[in-house]
Amino acid sequence: MIDTTSLQRLQRVARPRTPSALSNALVFGWRAVLKFKHVPEQLFDLVMTPIMFTLLFTYVFGGALAGSPGEYLQFFLPGILVQTVVFNAVYSGMGLSTDLGKGLFDRFRSLPIWSLSPFAGLMVGDILRHLIAASIILAIGLILGYRPEAGILGVLAAFAMLIAIGFGMGWVFIVLGLLIRTPTTVMTLGFTFLFPLVFASNIMVDPGTMPDWLRAFVEVNPVSLMTTALRGLMAGGATLSQVGLALIAPVALTAILAPTTLWLYLRR
Amino acid sequence: MSDTSPMAVPATGLAQSAISARGLVKTFSKLRAVDGIDLDVPRGMIFAILGPNGAGKTTLMRMLATLSRPDAGSATVMGHDLVQAPHEVRAAIAMTGQFASLDEDLTGRENLVLLARLWGFRGRAAKARADDLLAAFGLSEAATKQVRDYSGGMRRRLDIAASLIVTPGVLFLDEPTTGLDPNARKDVWGMIRGLAEAGVTILLTTQYLEEADQLAARIAVIDHGRKIAEGTSRELKAATGSGFLHVALADVARLDQAATILERRLEHPVQRSAEGAELSVLAGTAKAANEALADLVAAGIELSDFSMGQPSLEEVFFALTGQPSLGESRKDAKP
Repeated sequence: MIDTTSLQRLQRVARPRTPSALSNALVFGWRAVLKFKHVPEQLFDLVMTPIMFTLLFTYVFGGALAGSPGEYLQFFLPGILVQTVVFNAVYSGMGLSTDLGKGLFDRFRSLPIWSLSPFAGLMVGDILRHLIAASIILAIGLILGYRPEAGILGVLAAFAMLIAIGFGMGWVFIVLGLLIRTPTTVMTLGFTFLFPLVFASNIMVDPGTMPDWLRAFVEVNPVSLMTTALRGLMAGGATLSQVGLALIAPVALTAILAPTTLWLYLRR
Repeated sequence: MSDTSPMAVPATGLAQSAISARGLVKTFSKLRAVDGIDLDVPRGMIFAILGPNGAGKTTLMRMLATLSRPDAGSATVMGHDLVQAPHEVRAAIAMTGQFASLDEDLTGRENLVLLARLWGFRGRAAKARADDLLAAFGLSEAATKQVRDYSGGMRRRLDIAASLIVTPGVLFLDEPTTGLDPNARKDVWGMIRGLAEAGVTILLTTQYLEEADQLAARIAVIDHGRKIAEGTSRELKAATGSGFLHVALADVARLDQAATILERRLEHPVQRSAEGAELSVLAGTAKAANEALADLVAAGIELSDFSMGQPSLEEVFFALTGQPSLGESRKDAKP
């Protein structure tokens, strides 16, 4: 099967000019894109839950919660976009945990490349995933009758905000992926942590009717702050302070967890 | 690719060391996985690290490949210091780990193109390099198949090809044939020889004496994190003795008696197999073995099987360490 002469004919190749850190990161981003091509099912996982939630909440609960399904959808859709992005981050943590279990990262770590580039690439893939999933959910919302009052610019601003949210949350699951060897544990732990954050928020309902102690939590829950800002951006009338409050968690997570990631990765 | 020359030209400076390590130590909580190992591997050589599971082979290799920091000691790889200049070491080495370091979801070609781009090949050059490697490793037909559909042997070949995007100064192979069928194993052996002829220094770990014997110019035997012997295959065997007599008894109850008879006649310690029904002893010559067998028969001990042959890895260890057994956890270390 292998003939040694063909091995010897193989050119002895010297290393080309050292690629930049950005180029390394983009190559890893390309890997994420190839994954969409070969494992399109992953997109199905990402969008099915939010689509079900949108349909269920709009048509089953919407009338009771907001007077009519149409009015409820107008309230709910920006929130479900936040939920989609936050939940999506779990999947990249699972992917990382899988990769680390297989020795693939040993290969990457023994290459003369920027140490953080595999993670930067993971982030590139995440951002693409967030954009694709959010676009699909938005398209379904538009079909069902959702109208972003702030127009295209509002939607673009909202998507930029979603990317920032996804970027910040991504670090949480990269760290979990580095610490935990079994992908399913990453998922279980991730959802255990995310469910209270997502449900005890203003995504589904206005916290006005909640008991005081819960409302106190919901009002400072970063997911609520993100949802408020996203609603404002898509409907028009978002204030600078709303946007600022929504960005606190992503910025803080990045500031703390990006160095943690590097430390954990190099320590292994 | 104007800066290329045929791979068959050996690397210059053969006399220089590819790897030179002094007193390497790696400790995991309380276990000293590598406990002060010195190693000198000349350039262009196939060098084998032989030892049972858990001896510290992989840990040693991971340190030399910059994947794990030594707790003590120092080493240079292709002239670069392991701790001071890990980036330079990485540029001069490639490693194929024990577990396929490939992306299962991607095709064979995409895996190689990905790595070629990480090394700095652009666009068409990256694809050309991937195709050259696929052709050389007999994988052209499987190039567009996802790696998850590859057989064990094909994965191994792709994994080794992935280490040759840029011809490394040192290629680390961690148990390159573990889990492969005999044909695939021969394939990998041929590949390793081909690379060595092309001037690549190869450091491989193995738990198979035969593999080290077939491939390596020099062998270091390690156990419990320490190097217990080093030399050519011939030297190691001479230290162990190649005329080993193996006998299996029909009646296990007479094992002690048989061991005493063999020991008295051959004047070498007798080793019992892990299962307990077999005995192995250095006989030296066929004549001596014959006499020992005759003694057993004269004592009325019935044999179910006997043979003369090469020492097994356990017997090499036995001879080198004087330890009667490699321990319960290492039964799988036999070839």
